[in-house]
Amino acid sequence: MQGRDLKKENDWFDRPASRRLLWRLLYGACTVSVLLELVLIATHQRHGHFGKTSPDGWWFFYALLGFIACALMILAAKGLGAWLKRPEDYYAETEETTLPEDIDESLR
Amino acid sequence: MNPFAEIHPALILLVGALFVPLFRGVWRSAWTILLPVLALAAVSALPSPGEGAQWTGWTLRVLPWVNEPLTFLRVDGLSKAFAYIFTINAIAAFVFAFYVKESGQHVAALVYIGAALGAVFAGDLVSLYVFWEVMAVASTFVILARRTEKAKGSAYRYVLIHLLGGLFFLAGLAITVAQTGSIAFDGFDFGTEQNAGTWLILLGFLVNAAAPPFSAWLSDAYPEASVTGGLILSAYTTKTAVYALLRGYEGWEPLIWVGCIMSIYGIIYALLENDMRRILAYSIINQVGFMVCAAGIGGPIAISGATAHAFCHIIYKSLLWMSAGAVLYRVGKSKCTDLGGLYKTMPWTLTFGTIGALAISAVPLTSGFTSKTIILHAAEQEHLFWPWLILEAASAGVFLHAGIKFPYFVFFNQDRGLRPKEAPPSMLLAMGALSFLCLYLGIHPQPLYDILPYHVDYNAWTVPHVIAQTQLLMLSALVFFLFLPMLKRTATISLDTDWFYRKGGDAFYWLADKSLNAINAAASRFFLGKVVDGVTNFFESGLPRLACLFMTPIWKLMGHDTAEIEEERHALFRRAKIGAFPVSITAFCAVILLGLLTAYYYAAGK
Repeated sequence: MQGRDLKKENDWFDRPASRRLLWRLLYGACTVSVLLELVLIATHQRHGHFGKTSPDGWWFFYALLGFIACALMILAAKGLGAWLKRPEDYYAETEETTLPEDIDESLR
Repeated sequence: MNPFAEIHPALILLVGALFVPLFRGVWRSAWTILLPVLALAAVSALPSPGEGAQWTGWTLRVLPWVNEPLTFLRVDGLSKAFAYIFTINAIAAFVFAFYVKESGQHVAALVYIGAALGAVFAGDLVSLYVFWEVMAVASTFVILARRTEKAKGSAYRYVLIHLLGGLFFLAGLAITVAQTGSIAFDGFDFGTEQNAGTWLILLGFLVNAAAPPFSAWLSDAYPEASVTGGLILSAYTTKTAVYALLRGYEGWEPLIWVGCIMSIYGIIYALLENDMRRILAYSIINQVGFMVCAAGIGGPIAISGATAHAFCHIIYKSLLWMSAGAVLYRVGKSKCTDLGGLYKTMPWTLTFGTIGALAISAVPLTSGFTSKTIILHAAEQEHLFWPWLILEAASAGVFLHAGIKFPYFVFFNQDRGLRPKEAPPSMLLAMGALSFLCLYLGIHPQPLYDILPYHVDYNAWTVPHVIAQTQLLMLSALVFFLFLPMLKRTATISLDTDWFYRKGGDAFYWLADKSLNAINAAASRFFLGKVVDGVTNFFESGLPRLACLFMTPIWKLMGHDTAEIEEERHALFRRAKIGAFPVSITAFCAVILLGLLTAYYYAAGK
């Protein structure tokens, strides 16, 4: 934006210090959520829904599920990407030369 | 007496759409907002027949071959819940679209939403089919309204797939009516009513629900629609299909697995995608997977859970499409590789978009947490361990692709020097209202639970549940940021099942070109070259040659020598070719011919 003082611009998320803080918060939140389970175990509120040996009754089941499932999905997507990804002009569609009418007038 | 009593809500939108072109400027925008407001009033004025009961109106006895009337207004918990969210979402969408100046798009959108309302209120298969097809055609015009070459191409493919789905539906309808003599649409029994008819109808519904392999139309077409078109489309076609599955195919076990596949398929493709609106399109497939799975599970908890999830899903999915739409409107770009760092100048769009992203991920305090988890609860109750595990894993995956990936790559990631203005006020107003609903229904879901088809005694807010959900999501977030280098966006597209008809179409064209045009060319060479030449040649010199052949033995008998015969033949050939004989010879031949005919007449007469 012209005429805007760039010094006043909010660039909090670009600062290395903020990024470090966010990483710490993320690790902290993960740790707290995992540790809270100990409270459940201590108060006997931790049980599975699928019988006695139900995996969802295992300690830290949801944390493990979240981690493993997401890692597997990212790896699967990465692997499939090697096979499925194509350049953007793969279907040889005509590229638009002007911006469509639904875009802000000031850009057109 | 309530003035709106028993007014068909769909009619308000369908008739109101016709008047849109009569208005100009802000009055037109106001009119398009007023119509869904009136429709919402009409929906809420409809009777509430109570759990398990139905109320019907607007019946028409026109079909001569069945004993039942067409029912255009069947009201029960299921149809009313869907009608509520369809109209609420329409209000928000048209508030968002306040700035749109072009009217064609609004007419198409209103007819589309009206037909969706007509479909959920349709009380029999025939009227459902009619609205089903109106939706397909109207939505095609919503896509076309962007008027780009890409939109034209994907609208063409979109309508072909939907006509195919409509044909499945029609074929199934014909078989079912022929077998049962009834057009009733009340729920087919998995145990006793499995036949070609019901399976074909199911296939038609699954095409609209975007179940693979019939899913590519969604990710192909929705991202090519206009800023407002995309968000309107995102709500109705798939959710009408979900409604139809909940009504007609409750407890059909294969749907459990179809839903599980959809939920994972949507995540994998959304992770591969670069275009922000395509990411959201794939996440629709992922979310609808949960609802399709619930239809397969069946029973009051699953059906109510799917209804609640559809309700909340429409709200947060619209919110996500709105924030993507606002970015597209202000920046003109939609690829993650072109976007980034927008938090600096579009903080409100970021905030609202993030609320939608958290809601779709079912973070506690948002509507996803109080609705999607009912479906998981239903799977637990039915002891369906593997489907439950897949849906839990998919819940974690949602946070990856929609919850974090979408806001991260659009608003943070790398600053690409884009400094767009904040979204226009009408867009912010619509996004703010939907954000409020996402949070309100997350904290206080009772108003939603009250309109569900079956009473649900479910409380998402238990300590173990909140802790489990938080663990699941926080660890998913950790994986996202740890694996970020692997998620780096590339300027690519990913092949989906549309490859078969896009490349297959090209291949078919090539094959038809090479085979049919080759036959055409060969036929042209043969008939125009050989046959025509041959016939011309025959009539030009063939007959004179025959005359020469006929005369040669006569000349021989007359004692001519070879040189004389050659000379006679030459002369005869030339004369015959130009048809110039002396009168005497012509007359002689005519006499012989007449003699022969007379002889034949008498011979045949005997």
